[in-house]
Amino acid sequence: MVQWPTLYMFLQSMANAISIGSLYALVAIGYTMVYGILRLINFAHGDIFMMSMYFAFYLVAAFALPWYISFPLAILATGIMGIIVERSAYRPLRDAPRISLLISSIGVSYLFQNFAVVVFSGIQKQFPQVPFLQEMVVIGKVRIQVLTFVMPVVTAVFVAALLFLVNKTKVGMAMRASSKDFETSRLMGIDVNRIISVTFAVGSMLAALGAIMWGLKYPKIDPYVGSMPGLKCFIAAVIGGIGNINGAVVGAMLLGFIEIMIVLFLPALSAYKDAFAFVALIAILLFRPTGLLGEKKADKV
Amino acid sequence: MSVLEMREATMRFGGVIAVESLNLEVNLGEIVAIIGPNGAGKTTAFNMITGVYAPTSGLILFDRDGSKEMQTITGMRPDLITKLGVARTFQNIKLFQEMTVLDNVLISSHIGVKSDVFSAIFGLPHYLKEEKAMRERSMELLDKVDLADEAAELATSLPYGKQRKLEIARALATKPRLLLLDEPAAGMNPTETQELTDFVYKIRDEFDLTILLIEHHMQIVMDISDRIYVLDFGKLIAQGVPEEIKNNERVIDAYLGVADD
Amino acid sequence: MKSNSSNKKMGLSTILTIASLIGIVVLLYMIDQHGFLGSYWTRVLRLSGVYAISALSMNLVNGFTGQFSLGHAGFMAIGAYVTSLLIIPTPNKAIQYYVTPVLDFVGKMHAPFWLALILGGLLAAIAAFFIGFPVLRLKGDYLAIATLGFSEIIRIFITNLIPITNGPMGLKNIPASANIWWTTGICTLTVVFMLRLMDTSYGRAIKAIRDDETAAEAMGISLFRHKMMAFMMGAFFAGVSGGLIASVVGTINPGFFRFTLAYEILLIVVLGGLGSITGSVVGAFVLTISREWLRFLDNGFSILGIIKVPPIAGMRMLFFSVLLMIVILYSRRGLFGSNEFTWAGLFAFPGKWKNKAANLFDSAKQKAGRKK
Repeated sequence: MVQWPTLYMFLQSMANAISIGSLYALVAIGYTMVYGILRLINFAHGDIFMMSMYFAFYLVAAFALPWYISFPLAILATGIMGIIVERSAYRPLRDAPRISLLISSIGVSYLFQNFAVVVFSGIQKQFPQVPFLQEMVVIGKVRIQVLTFVMPVVTAVFVAALLFLVNKTKVGMAMRASSKDFETSRLMGIDVNRIISVTFAVGSMLAALGAIMWGLKYPKIDPYVGSMPGLKCFIAAVIGGIGNINGAVVGAMLLGFIEIMIVLFLPALSAYKDAFAFVALIAILLFRPTGLLGEKKADKV
Repeated sequence: MSVLEMREATMRFGGVIAVESLNLEVNLGEIVAIIGPNGAGKTTAFNMITGVYAPTSGLILFDRDGSKEMQTITGMRPDLITKLGVARTFQNIKLFQEMTVLDNVLISSHIGVKSDVFSAIFGLPHYLKEEKAMRERSMELLDKVDLADEAAELATSLPYGKQRKLEIARALATKPRLLLLDEPAAGMNPTETQELTDFVYKIRDEFDLTILLIEHHMQIVMDISDRIYVLDFGKLIAQGVPEEIKNNERVIDAYLGVADD
Repeated sequence: MKSNSSNKKMGLSTILTIASLIGIVVLLYMIDQHGFLGSYWTRVLRLSGVYAISALSMNLVNGFTGQFSLGHAGFMAIGAYVTSLLIIPTPNKAIQYYVTPVLDFVGKMHAPFWLALILGGLLAAIAAFFIGFPVLRLKGDYLAIATLGFSEIIRIFITNLIPITNGPMGLKNIPASANIWWTTGICTLTVVFMLRLMDTSYGRAIKAIRDDETAAEAMGISLFRHKMMAFMMGAFFAGVSGGLIASVVGTINPGFFRFTLAYEILLIVVLGGLGSITGSVVGAFVLTISREWLRFLDNGFSILGIIKVPPIAGMRMLFFSVLLMIVILYSRRGLFGSNEFTWAGLFAFPGKWKNKAANLFDSAKQKAGRKK
């Protein structure tokens, strides 16, 4: 059953794994940040991802803006949308049981999908392409798209910026404090609501960045395009240890690597590719529920 | 003769040691109290005994008759420990909020149900007989804690003191031999507190119980306990009969000096 | 005296219940024999009954046991495929599998409808047993995501096991055995089953788990056993509802059982009230019927013949998602909360509303007073 790839196929797959992993990382960070602060799996995150693809599409297609203007605008718009979602769907439930918040996020996900069908129509659209990213770099027998190199670099830059924001700035300190203890942070004079808004904005913008690169790699968009990447990136966040930004990156890289390598070595299973992530999720929840980089906490009885 | 024994039981959470090498023994028919300042590890000890936490190290032994070889219950599942004959109440009352007073007590009889779920759903005679017996016994129990009149009310509608009593009734319905009471007097008014001592004696005699309790109310502890264990920062600092504890300097320093009463 | 009057009330509500059951049977007879409603609306009623079963099965796990599972689409898929493969006549199967021939055993197997439904439910319950072992240890949102994951895995398998399931092309010409008697009858049986279960010691045990796991476990209730029991029963009914849907709709494919189907069932359960049997049934009928009734939103309509609204595909689903969000945010307990319909409650209803209105009025007055 195992097929041994040639060296150049292996190298090509390695490059793919790294670029897919870095895509997953951008989206996974959004899950992990929101979970860290609200203890909520934001089921709508995948649909925010989808919406940002449409933003980018329409800015290019309808307003005829060049990509270097429309992509940043789409990212900004997604950030604002993240704030709106939090204010309208999550903030009113701040004191409600956690399960209500979860149901609300499922409701938002469902709303976005149906909204997209009405406004953007269910017909598949073609994501705008940036020509120079599609060019091939040839190294010996290995042919790799420029995009494949660009993706990890962009991710690395933005993750570094995020880590700076979280670890070295005042806002970041407030974020870390709020994710440790809501009430105490509030008493210490931190405007927790503002911090949550910032968290949603940052998380959504990173998801938008991921979505745009996703669109450049897999150019088909429809209202359900965010579901699978959304679920997988959540899984990546859990594998790394939810609530932990470094963990999200590690988990995402690992998931990208596993997916690509299984298809490479066991091509017979490639039809089941989407199932691997779920198997990995269940395995990690059973054997190390706090994830690779997570810490153990005691429940208060 | 001992019903419960903790041997060198230790509970660690990450870097924090909540309880360290605790040795404790409760004999058949005794009323034993654990006291100590907040955060001393009293409730953690309860949680180890009842299986909510598995001790990091050490042993917990139990024997319902206090006669035979003791059996280890270290790290056993809470429901199995309850089945062996250990029942408890909770410091921060944990009644089933959306159920009636009677249903709260009926829940604890579920342990003894022998009919399978389908006989129950189809209302087969052998289940109906069990259900009837359960209801009668539960009403009897409620009667004994003076809650029979409130049987049909929602558990959360009861005043605080009665909720504590209901928790005790619910624990008794599991037919325990060892009953763990976590701060039974907390939230009770002075009259109820007065009556608590008699109430504890009454249930001990009537249900043939051995009782281990955590309590902050010193008057009650001194009145009721045969022996007392004192914890501070997870460690046992003293043990003995009430007279000894009252005059123990370490205890006075660590605890009694700062207590309200 | 007190018991006497309550006895009288019991007698009255029994009579009312029997009377309304007879009413329903007469109505069903009219619908079935006299084409009372026309085939379109009859089909809508059939679907409503089936969705009520799906919603009840989800409510058993999510509402009554408090275990938030999103795996229902997977169990419904298992039921739908098993039932369909058992009731589609053998020669018809051979025609449908024209790309990859059907597995010999699958091609030949056949069973009467009732048996096919039960087998579909049982297979779903067996799947739930194996899935439950790992996932029922998880709590809250982790359980939700893990069950959703398994549901997708089931769907991926169905898509790829082509000699058995016909893959992405799905199954067609599924016999329409599920007439209105079947759907309403099984729906009623499910309701009775649930009502009975909740009235037993086992029902109390799962509700105790919902209210407080730690306390339930301390009272000697095995969490795993009871969660597993509810999960398997839920999966059984989900499987049966899947089989019925297949027979009502006539065509199934893996895409039908995406996890968005679980979202839609959740919508019914939340609208009706988590933990209310009545709520799930009423929710299913209200949502399914109004979804058909609101078809004009998709087809375009005019207001008073003046303003013409063009047809917009998907408009009614958008309407429903907005409605769902309103329920989630402003009326978290849904239509029924965790309460059930009773005749006494129905008769007390007008008075209750008067009180509620009066209270509202009073509090408004108070507010106004404070402002001054």
